[in-house]
Amino acid sequence: MLRFIIRRLIQMVGVVIVLSALVFAWLKVLPGGTVGALLGERATPERRAAMEKALGLDQPIYVQYWEFVKRAVRGEFGASTSVQPGTDAMDVFLTRFPATIELAVCALVIAVLLGVPLGYLAARRRASWFDNVSIVSSLVGIAVPVFFLAFMLQYVFAVKLHWLPVSGRQDPDVNGTRVTGFFILDGLLTREFDASWNAIKHLILPSIALATIPFAVVFRITRASVLEVLDEDYVRTAESKGLTNRVIRGRHVLRNALLPVVTTIGLQTGGLLVGAVLTERVFSWGGLGDALALAFTRRDYAVLQVCILMATVTFVVVNLLVDIAYAVIDPRVRTR
Amino acid sequence: MPNPLNPRSKKDRIDALAASAGDPATTGSSGGGTVGGTTAVATIDDAGHVEETAGVSLFASAWSRLRRNPVFLIGLGITGAFVLLAIFAPWIAPHDPAARLLLDEIRPQSNPIPAAREGFPLGADNIGRDIFSRLIVGSRQTLLVGVMATFFGLVGGLTLGTIAGAFGGWVDSVVMRVVDVMLSIPSLLLAFSIAAIAARPSQWTVIIAIAVVQVPIFARLLRGSMLAQRASDHVLAARALGVKESAIVFRHMLPNSLGPVIVQSTLVVATSIIDAAALSFLGLGNPDDRKPEWGQMLGASQQFIYDHPALAVWPALCIIVVALGFTLMGESLREALDPKSRR
Repeated sequence: MLRFIIRRLIQMVGVVIVLSALVFAWLKVLPGGTVGALLGERATPERRAAMEKALGLDQPIYVQYWEFVKRAVRGEFGASTSVQPGTDAMDVFLTRFPATIELAVCALVIAVLLGVPLGYLAARRRASWFDNVSIVSSLVGIAVPVFFLAFMLQYVFAVKLHWLPVSGRQDPDVNGTRVTGFFILDGLLTREFDASWNAIKHLILPSIALATIPFAVVFRITRASVLEVLDEDYVRTAESKGLTNRVIRGRHVLRNALLPVVTTIGLQTGGLLVGAVLTERVFSWGGLGDALALAFTRRDYAVLQVCILMATVTFVVVNLLVDIAYAVIDPRVRTR
Repeated sequence: MPNPLNPRSKKDRIDALAASAGDPATTGSSGGGTVGGTTAVATIDDAGHVEETAGVSLFASAWSRLRRNPVFLIGLGITGAFVLLAIFAPWIAPHDPAARLLLDEIRPQSNPIPAAREGFPLGADNIGRDIFSRLIVGSRQTLLVGVMATFFGLVGGLTLGTIAGAFGGWVDSVVMRVVDVMLSIPSLLLAFSIAAIAARPSQWTVIIAIAVVQVPIFARLLRGSMLAQRASDHVLAARALGVKESAIVFRHMLPNSLGPVIVQSTLVVATSIIDAAALSFLGLGNPDDRKPEWGQMLGASQQFIYDHPALAVWPALCIIVVALGFTLMGESLREALDPKSRR
C-alpha cells in the first residue's frame, strides 16, 4: 500500500514539473510576451527594456525558467492587473478559493445524491420507460451549454419569478461575520443562522447549473456499472445461494458497482472547475471561476498563472486521493 | 438474461472478436458502408439452433441492430438534417445573414432589438441582421467548427496513439506521460488557455484550441485498444507468419482499434460545438461575425439576455438539438459496437 502511494506521489511530482514547464512556455508565447502581458497598453520601448531587465528576461531561457519555478514555489506571481487591480495574484486566489469550493462541493453533492440512486434504479429497470426517459434527459443535460442553462435558471427563477437571488453569494445588507470564508459554515459557527440561510439561497441556482453535467456523468456511469455487475457470476451465485435481495443488492451489486463511480467523481473535479468558470461568471459569484473568466476576457496574466497552476495541481491532488481511496476499497488495484 | 448452461452468449462474444479481427477491410470503414444481406442476424432465439452467420463482422451486425434502434434513428435524422441544412443554407435563407436590413429601426435606448415581423420571423439582432437567416446560414460554420476540431483532434490523437501503441516500451511511456499531463489540465481550461495565445482570434484559432483538448483523449483511447490488439492471437499469428512490423501495425492493429475512436469522434463533434460557444462566451471566440456561427451568436447575446432572452434561446436551441443528435448517434453506436451487447 505504502509503495503504491509513493509510486503515485513520484508520478504526481513528474506531472507538476512538466506542467510548470508548460505554463512557463505558455507565458512565453502569449501575444506580446510576458512584458506585453504585464504592461498591457502602457508598453513603450523604454518601459519594455526596463521591465525586461527587472524581470531577468535578458537572461538565458533555462535561468528564466529556474527563476519562474523559484517564484512559483514562493507563491510570487506579481500583482493582478485587471481582476482586482493591485492585489497580489496569490491573495486573489486564496481569498476566492473558499467560494468556489463551496459551490463545487454543493454541486457535486447534488450530482452524486441524484445520480447514484437514479442510475441504480435505471439499471434495475433496464429498457423501461423510466430508464429511457432518464437516459435521454441525461443526454440533453450534456448537450446544453452550461452558461446558457445558468442564464435561463437565473432569468426564470430570479429575474422573473423573484424566488431566489439573482447573483452574488450573500445579500450585501446581511453582513455576516467572516471566519473561514465558507459563508454557510461561517453563519453556523457564529450562530448567525440567517446569514447561512441567505448564503444557501444564493447557492441553489448556481449549484444546480453546475451540477447538471456531473449528474449526467455520474448517472450514466452508475447505470452502466450496475448493469455490468448484475451480469456477473458472483451475483448469480449469491442469488442461487438464496441470499436475500437486500444483501445481494447492498453487498454484491452496489459495492462493486460504485468503484468506477468513485473514479468518475475524481475526474469530475476538473469538469466542475471549468463549469465554475462559466457558472460563476453568470452569477457574479466572486470565486475562482469568476476570476478566471474575467482574467481570460481582460487578459490578467498574473491571475491566470496562479489560477491555472493551482487549479491543475488541485485536480492532480484530488485524483491522487481518489486513486488512494480506490486502492483502499479495491485491493486488486494496488498490484497493477 | 444469458443462461450459463447455454454457451452461445460466450461464443457470441468470441465470434464478435474473431469476425471483426478477420476482416479489417470491413471494420475499417464506417458502419454505413456494410449494409445488405445481414438481416435478422442477432435475433435467432432458438435455443438449440447453431448459428451459421459466424462470419458476419461486428459492424455488419451492429448495423442490423442500429437500423431498428429508434434512438439511433432520431440521432441520424437530426444529424442528417443538420448536414443538409449546412450544405444548402445560402439557398434556403430568406435574407443575406450579414446585411443590416432593420438597422433603421434600432434606437439604442428604447428599442435595441427589432421585433419579429413579416419576413423576419425571429426578429433581428442588435445591428439589424435577420436572426432566422443567420441561424440557417450559421449551421454551416457550426458544422465546420465541429467537424474540423474533431478532425484535427483525431489526427493528433491517432498519431500519438499509434506511435505509443505500435512501439510500446519506453516510447509508450514517454508519449503517455505527455498525454497524462495534457489530461491533467481540466479540458476547457486548456482550450481557454490555447485560445488566449492567439494574437488575432479567428475561427481557426477556436478550432485548434478545441482540437488540442481532444488529442490526449483520442490518443489514450487508441493506445488502449492497440495494446489489446498487440496481445491478441491474430497479431501473434501475423507475426509468426513473418508479416512486417509496419504491416502488422497498419493493417492488423490500427483498423481493428478504430471502433471506439469512431464512436468517440461522433461525440466530440457535439462537445466541440458546445465548447465553441463557451469560448465565445468568454470573449475568446471568433470576433468576425459576418459569417454567423451558433456558439458565437449565443456568446454575443449575453449582453441582452435579461431584456431579450430570445436572442440567446434560438442559437442555444439549435446547439442543443444538434449536439443531442450527434450524442444520440454516438451513444447508440457505442452500445451497438460493444460485443457484450450483442445478444
